[in-house]
Amino acid sequence: MNDEHRPDPDALLAAIQRQEAREERGRLKVFFGMAAGVGKTYTMLQAGHEAQAEGRDVVIGVVETHGRAETRELLEGLEQLPRLRLEYRGALLEEMDLDALLVRRPQLALVDELAHTNIPGARHAKRYQDVIELLGAGIDVYTTVNVQHFESRADAVHQITGITVQETVPDSILDLADAIELIDLTPEELRKRLSEGKVYTPERVELAARNFFRTGNLTALREMALRLTAEHVDHQLQDYMDIKRIAGPWKSAERLMVAVGPSPFSEKLIRWTRRMAYTMEASWLAATVETTTPLSADARQRLSRHLNLARDLGAEVVATAGDDVAKSLLRLAQQRNVTQIVVGKPQEAGWRKALRHPTLVDRIIDDSGDIDIYVVTGDEPAGRSTGRLTLPLLRERSPWQHYLWAALLIVAITLLDALLISRFPLISYLTVGLTDLLVVLIVAGRLGRGPALLAATLSAFSWNFLFIEPRFTLQITRAQDIVLFFLYFATALIAGNLAARLRSQERLARSHADRTTALYALAHERATAVDMDDVLRVAVTQIGMVFDAETAILPADGDKLAHRPHPGGTLAVDDKEYSVAVWAFENHKAAGRFTATLPLSSAHFIPLQTPDRTVGVLAIRSRSGARPSFEQEQLLEAFAGQIALSIERELLDEAAQRNAMHQESERLFTTLLNSISHELRTPIATITGAASSLLDPQLGEHAPTRTQLATDIQDAGNRLNRLVANLLDMSRLESGQLRPKLEWCDVGDVVGVAVEQLDHYLAGRSLTIDQAGDVPLVRLDFMLMEQVFVNLLDNACAYTPPGTPIAIAIGRRGRSVVITVTDHGPGLSAADRDHVFDKFYRSANAATGGTGLGLSICRGLVEAHGGTLTADNAPGAGARFTVRLPAGEAPPPVQEAAL
Amino acid sequence: MSDGPRVLVVDDELQIRRFLRIALEANGYRVYETDRGGEAVQEAARLRPDLVILDIGLPDMDGLEVLRRLREWTPTPVIMLSVRDADRDKVAALDAGADDYLTKPFSVDELLARLRVAQRHARPESAAAVFTQGDVVVDLSRRHVTKGGGEVKLTPTEYALLRLLIQHAGKVLTHRQILREVWGPEYMDETHYLRVYFGQLRQKLEDDPARPKLILTEAGVGYRLAA
Repeated sequence: MNDEHRPDPDALLAAIQRQEAREERGRLKVFFGMAAGVGKTYTMLQAGHEAQAEGRDVVIGVVETHGRAETRELLEGLEQLPRLRLEYRGALLEEMDLDALLVRRPQLALVDELAHTNIPGARHAKRYQDVIELLGAGIDVYTTVNVQHFESRADAVHQITGITVQETVPDSILDLADAIELIDLTPEELRKRLSEGKVYTPERVELAARNFFRTGNLTALREMALRLTAEHVDHQLQDYMDIKRIAGPWKSAERLMVAVGPSPFSEKLIRWTRRMAYTMEASWLAATVETTTPLSADARQRLSRHLNLARDLGAEVVATAGDDVAKSLLRLAQQRNVTQIVVGKPQEAGWRKALRHPTLVDRIIDDSGDIDIYVVTGDEPAGRSTGRLTLPLLRERSPWQHYLWAALLIVAITLLDALLISRFPLISYLTVGLTDLLVVLIVAGRLGRGPALLAATLSAFSWNFLFIEPRFTLQITRAQDIVLFFLYFATALIAGNLAARLRSQERLARSHADRTTALYALAHERATAVDMDDVLRVAVTQIGMVFDAETAILPADGDKLAHRPHPGGTLAVDDKEYSVAVWAFENHKAAGRFTATLPLSSAHFIPLQTPDRTVGVLAIRSRSGARPSFEQEQLLEAFAGQIALSIERELLDEAAQRNAMHQESERLFTTLLNSISHELRTPIATITGAASSLLDPQLGEHAPTRTQLATDIQDAGNRLNRLVANLLDMSRLESGQLRPKLEWCDVGDVVGVAVEQLDHYLAGRSLTIDQAGDVPLVRLDFMLMEQVFVNLLDNACAYTPPGTPIAIAIGRRGRSVVITVTDHGPGLSAADRDHVFDKFYRSANAATGGTGLGLSICRGLVEAHGGTLTADNAPGAGARFTVRLPAGEAPPPVQEAAL
Repeated sequence: MSDGPRVLVVDDELQIRRFLRIALEANGYRVYETDRGGEAVQEAARLRPDLVILDIGLPDMDGLEVLRRLREWTPTPVIMLSVRDADRDKVAALDAGADDYLTKPFSVDELLARLRVAQRHARPESAAAVFTQGDVVVDLSRRHVTKGGGEVKLTPTEYALLRLLIQHAGKVLTHRQILREVWGPEYMDETHYLRVYFGQLRQKLEDDPARPKLILTEAGVGYRLAA
């Protein structure tokens, strides 16, 4: 296959994902028409009956009959779910009962009027969201919608019919549809149906026929519906070809970018771009440029809404910053390999256009290079005219107190000037002018543009009135003074403007810096946090600070959402809010306030998502109650992403640790079993064998044999006893239950007892105990330390040839008492030295059996005393084990008995 | 055999009782047994045994409790049976009046030795004036100690300790018992006194002080003079 025919891997993946998502999801069939009355609901109900006849479980979620008799008849024979009654502003309204439907779980649900807007208080703002949830639950859905309700067509419909469509659904819902059935009717037929009263009740017929149902309108709508269907079919075919790798006309990778701003006209641009992108099968970006010019609250809201719209329509939303909008857009376009940019045609009055420097569009076109530029004209959408004309200087709103301060400052400086001029006649009115200018600059820098303008004006006039000859008039007689006055005024305005801009730039930079700092702090904390608790605590505090909000994090507990928020949070989550959180968690979508789902909730819930799963929910309630701006939302998303990753990392760490611990304990268990079973079997075999021999009448008679057998039994018993002792010590050490009972002991005494215990075993060897005279008493647990020496001696016997000597030396080295046990065997190999204290390690030259526990226990016991146990080879001898016990503390004095 | 010393064995393990019976009867003891602590006290009252072997861990009643009830009315020697690590119980039993203890597993030789020591101490006859063990000779009437014929100089405290051990030769004495006897009740926790003085005693009396054969240490419990 040559390269031109190779499908784009991304496209292929996307197609397969869509296919996969579809397999788990319920199937969606959309009954689609150009206008009300074409018979969508009727056809849907018929299809419902057919499905039921085929044996499927069909339930009507909601159907509006609009009083149409033929439709109503079709309701018969289909199960209809009772509607949910909700009280809203005193009125009792009905909605589809989504929860009941989810519980009822039919195979197929009929949900009429996809574009319907739900009553506030219902779970979702829009019915199409209900449908998406039904599909998510694996329920098939039949639904109806008219072409005018699609987001991307809303403008066109407005242009054709003059009606602003309020109820819209995102175009992407069609991408979810597995089947679209277009109910096509000629405009004449529809008008006939209308006149027969089959669409509306008689009183509404005439009005409708005059307005919406004009033949011209209907023809246009019909064309639109046909085209939308055709486009969709085209896409399905494309998907199919992608998956089946059928070589088709692969299109070059076009990428569109639309410049989005707060202007109401942006909405149209976005829809236009979406349509273009769709037909071109191109991906598209919606870009916004943040400048130092602050936006009004209104504009910010509009911008945020536009970006959300773009996102809903499938755009990737990108924000960049820079004062030169044209340059920023082009830079972004180059970075993202955009091939076409869509911008709006500026709508400026002729005189303003003439006055201004080249417009944004001009500059973009001039510098665009290879990138194609579309310039789209815009209308003021009906009913959305803002009509506000603001002077560019006044765009940033300063509070009225700032104006008052500006005025007061001017008054004060003027009084001061007047005083100075009356006392020192040498000071001229020019000095006064310059002082005033300084104050204007200060006002601009401190209080903003508006107050600076006020200060400039006030000071100019007071200067003229009070100080320029002739004084106390607004007249100026000398030509030079006139020039001076205007120069002053201009300088004050420009300087004020510049200072104010500097100030807002600084502010913007600071808010950027704050954001970056906050994100950095979180990232840093994430990197250094010791556990999940730490990360969550920091995250909650940081978010609370940056957004001035109460926050809480509900971590996932397995597949469910934990009922209690993380204790570091400041936001209490009650049962009702918790259910919103659960919804966000289960549906992997933001919910609650400022979203389309459960918007009546008081907090905003953001799922913490990683590429693989949702690991919790972030709940946030801003103290001001204001809707978050676009940039805040972005920052919040960034935070959520960071937190999700931290949680994910912790979860993975925990899982890895558990796994490692599990493996380790499994390994220990296996080794222990192997080792123990051997160690147990040998003495048991001896005992059983010897005992059965004793029972044998012939062998039992012979006295020396009997003695030998009995001795064997005894030895085996002792061996078992030592094994049990070691196992008990081991388990106590492992479980951390071992608490040495420290008392002052004579180490020599301890060694002596150990030697005594192994008396039989040591027989035939020369054992020397060399104790220095200055060895102090040491605080230790006599019995545990005795066990140490028993094991060390036992070990020395086991690994050296019979008859070789063993030497014990007890001495003092500084603040330690040091005991060495040296044998004259082959010594330790390099591997032995590294591993001799490992559990279950057994040296290669081990003559007899052994658990490999003895030395490991020794080290554990010595360490429990705060000492060390090391192994090496003694020069001229064999292995040497060295026990160092701390003896820093002097034993208490001893006194003679009073006898 | 019918006039041998009577031993009451109190242990819940059948095998242990059987082995004790065989070993003890073979050595001339008359053996009575019970597996319950409650019965033990009644049996002791009925049989008036010369010796009691009592397991510390009994299913119905703590061995220590049985010991206390016995001690309420009889000085009969009691030897406790216990397991390793139960040093606390051993000390408690000894302090509560047990005569000795044995750690399971133990050999018949050990058991018989302990029984003999216990019987000897139970007889009210006065101890011999001269104690001899190996080359160590202690003349209690003259406070004179020799080793290999040479005189050994002991401090008064050392001598007091040695004399106490000789009076209980073969029998274990707990730290607290020794401290109470020699220093007085207010010194009962000063174990390190014993470490120091027994160390000194060994230096003076043992052939090889690092491997004592005369003054034996009972780990975690006390001391015993070899007998």
